[in-house]
Amino acid sequence: MRRYFGRKLLVYGLTFFMAVTVNWLVPRLMPGDPVASMLARARVAQPEAQEALRVYYNNLFGFDQPWWQQYLNSWGALFRGDFGISLWAFPTPVADLLTRAVPYSLALLIPSILISWVIGNRLGALAARRKVLDNTVLPVSYVLTATPYLWLAALMAWGFGIVWGIFPVAGGYSFSMTPSFTWPFFVDLLWHWVLPFASLFLVALGGWAIGMRNVIIYELESDYANYLSALGAPQKLIRRYAFRNAVLPQITGLALQLGVLVAGALVTEIVFSYPGLGSLILAAIQNKDFFLLQGAFLFIVLGVLIANFIIDVIYVIVDPRTRVGMAGASA
Amino acid sequence: MRNRVTRFLIPVVAASLLAAACTSGGTPTPAPGASVPAAPAPVAEGGAFPRNETLYTSGTQWGPPANFNPIREWDSATGTKGLVYETLFHFDPVAGKLTPWLAASGAWVDDTTYEVKLRPNITWSDGKPLTAEDVKFTFELGKMETIPYHNLWNWLSAVEAPDASTVRFTFSKANYQQWDFNIYSRSIVPKHIWEGRAEKDVLDGINENPVGTGAYKYHSHDQDRVAWVKNDTWWGKATLNLDPKPKYIVDIVNSSNEVAMGLLLQKGLDLSNNFLPGAANLVSGNFGISTFYPEPPYMLSANTAWLVPNTKKKPLDDAQFRKALAASVDTKKIVEGVYGNLVKPASPTGLLPQWDQFVDQAVVGSKGFGFDTAKAKKLLADAGYKDANGDGLVENKDGSPIALKLIVPAGWTDWMESIRVIATSARAAGINVEAEFPDYNALVEARSSGKFDLLINNERQLSNSPYTYFEYVFQLPVQAQQNTVNFGRYENPEAWKLVQQLDGTKTDDVEGMKKVASQLEGILLDELPVIPLWYNGLWSQVSSTTWKNWPSSEGSAPKSAPTMWRNWLELGGFESLASLQPVAP
Repeated sequence: MRRYFGRKLLVYGLTFFMAVTVNWLVPRLMPGDPVASMLARARVAQPEAQEALRVYYNNLFGFDQPWWQQYLNSWGALFRGDFGISLWAFPTPVADLLTRAVPYSLALLIPSILISWVIGNRLGALAARRKVLDNTVLPVSYVLTATPYLWLAALMAWGFGIVWGIFPVAGGYSFSMTPSFTWPFFVDLLWHWVLPFASLFLVALGGWAIGMRNVIIYELESDYANYLSALGAPQKLIRRYAFRNAVLPQITGLALQLGVLVAGALVTEIVFSYPGLGSLILAAIQNKDFFLLQGAFLFIVLGVLIANFIIDVIYVIVDPRTRVGMAGASA
Repeated sequence: MRNRVTRFLIPVVAASLLAAACTSGGTPTPAPGASVPAAPAPVAEGGAFPRNETLYTSGTQWGPPANFNPIREWDSATGTKGLVYETLFHFDPVAGKLTPWLAASGAWVDDTTYEVKLRPNITWSDGKPLTAEDVKFTFELGKMETIPYHNLWNWLSAVEAPDASTVRFTFSKANYQQWDFNIYSRSIVPKHIWEGRAEKDVLDGINENPVGTGAYKYHSHDQDRVAWVKNDTWWGKATLNLDPKPKYIVDIVNSSNEVAMGLLLQKGLDLSNNFLPGAANLVSGNFGISTFYPEPPYMLSANTAWLVPNTKKKPLDDAQFRKALAASVDTKKIVEGVYGNLVKPASPTGLLPQWDQFVDQAVVGSKGFGFDTAKAKKLLADAGYKDANGDGLVENKDGSPIALKLIVPAGWTDWMESIRVIATSARAAGINVEAEFPDYNALVEARSSGKFDLLINNERQLSNSPYTYFEYVFQLPVQAQQNTVNFGRYENPEAWKLVQQLDGTKTDDVEGMKKVASQLEGILLDELPVIPLWYNGLWSQVSSTTWKNWPSSEGSAPKSAPTMWRNWLELGGFESLASLQPVAP
């Protein structure tokens, strides 16, 4: 047990180290100089003033130091919880931008992942071996799962937002609102949340339903199901056993899919201008904001790693075989 | 078994705690509100802005409103300068003259001394009176090296405040044109609050709770908006007889043109200063959206889009070649095909229509250029550029092939289409131009370091004087990094001297200005260090569902610029807001 989690944690630690390094490296390999583009926005006409600003900002962001020093600095700052100052929203600290954005992203991601997984699995299980359902759910699921996130999002924004005008097309809450702990504000938040949530939910739903259907069919044809059936057990009982077994690969699937889902959420946020991490990342890339990009990716990497770890733990709980295997390994 | 269970539970509990720590913000609590400073202005009822009292604008801010620092004219929240902080003068581009604002009057008492009389009874929003000391303090901030108007002190020698309402500026060299630009561009800040701030805070400070003299005060902000609330004790109500009707102004951060269009159509936006492709259809269709002109070009002109050749590279260092290139560009096709007549073709000098009086038509008549493929071919042939290998494209004089890359930022769709047109029409004349779309940052780097062949630029707005236009074209010396002007690195000491001469011409000496401008236009057209193509519009789409009396070319409507763009509130933008009337009282 300890070895199992020890090994897992080691892998996660290594992943984290690599992720931070890559996060640090990639923005710096992009063409262009962030201070130059910041100054270009500043439109300072006078060459002398321009030079003074350039020196000042290069020093402020530490770009005048050798690259290895910058790399070490970034680790040091990370452990102090200091993500640096955003170049794009200068002089806002990156941590501020992230803490404002993360609640929106989580509010989209967690419900859409969990609810789509639960409902998708139910739907898939129902569809298996029921001709009518199978003929409807399956094709719809295939279409949904093959739909690119941004395309479905754009379609929904157009349909529900522009054509029917039921839902807002953009933003986290109405421009006529100021945040407050009141019902109207909460309703407004929810109202803006529906479309981005729905587009994430729908795409993910299809995948789970298809997966579940296939596994259930496989399970229903397995020996234990036939045996139970021969004993005269009710169909309902057999299906329940099959479902339990079929859920296991779906949990693994969830761990594998997390990254894809997060990426999908980022794209969806951009389509709806939802003020989460996705919109931040886009802005960071466009403005070559090293620090914001690093910070945002770090959050995502951490989030995905933690979620994976939780799934590992859950797997150990729901699948007795892993426990047995571990006991065997430690024996 | 019990033992085993606890062994499971430890990591489970640990993980769930960790998850809880990370997801406790999972419900969308209004955390952003935490950023609102301690003593906010009166909050709107129920946390909402009543629609009939609120003006929604967009099209200026491209990032979150990160600071309220009027020194940061380029990225402070929309309205920081103009709504909260004010300038000594405004400039009226229609009449072509300065309008006294905080100043009651301003005049040159001798050739190198300028004296400003302040209006009486102006107070800061914290109740303290505005005095000459504040003005003196503001201009003296420029002595700090990183302050954008630091260069003012190269020719300004002293600022004095002999009494509470008089400010006297003494110059070592009077640059009259630039000075006028400065007095309507520099926000006056309160000395009693800014005094003692270090250079770092002046330049980089967020300046929460801005205290200004203006008609609006800070209300709240979030990542995607900033809200201002009317300052009921604003001095201008009595003194200028201006009373802006919107109680709240909410400026929305641009995310994309699609979002702006959606908001506009849903009547959630009153003034959109975004470039919306196909705005002509919005106006002619029945969407309740209008623009300044009901017919082409729909918009006022705000700046000139130039084709900028890198004059340090062959064959673009040859004025004859640049002329041939200029003649090869089918601007009409860009104006009609790409923009649907939302823009106007530029005059050969590129001077904005508002500066028409400074355009010497005789010079334009003899030296101007127009789209003429045959003429472009002839110019190339006369200058010795021949097509030796018969591929229909000319080669350099030494026989090496020409391959010019024309760049605009990826994603700037109208410009991307435009340069495709340019490339096609240049090739028709035998010049090998290829369109490329690098990332914006990469383009900025190439542009400032001079590692490009051709690009499109429009980074000079309308101003009080054609001086700023010529400064953009001719400024010397050329530095290792050219960040804002003269990207083509064109060097012509004679022209730069003329630009400085223009700067030193008094602003009321229109004939003197015309004379210098005419010489500069001659050089510009002979040499074409930039090739003027079209006038970009002052993009402005307005909806009259909540607010009416928008500026328009028709009837008695105001003629000021309908815009919230940076530095435009002093060019008529504020006057436009002040003339709005509620539709439903």
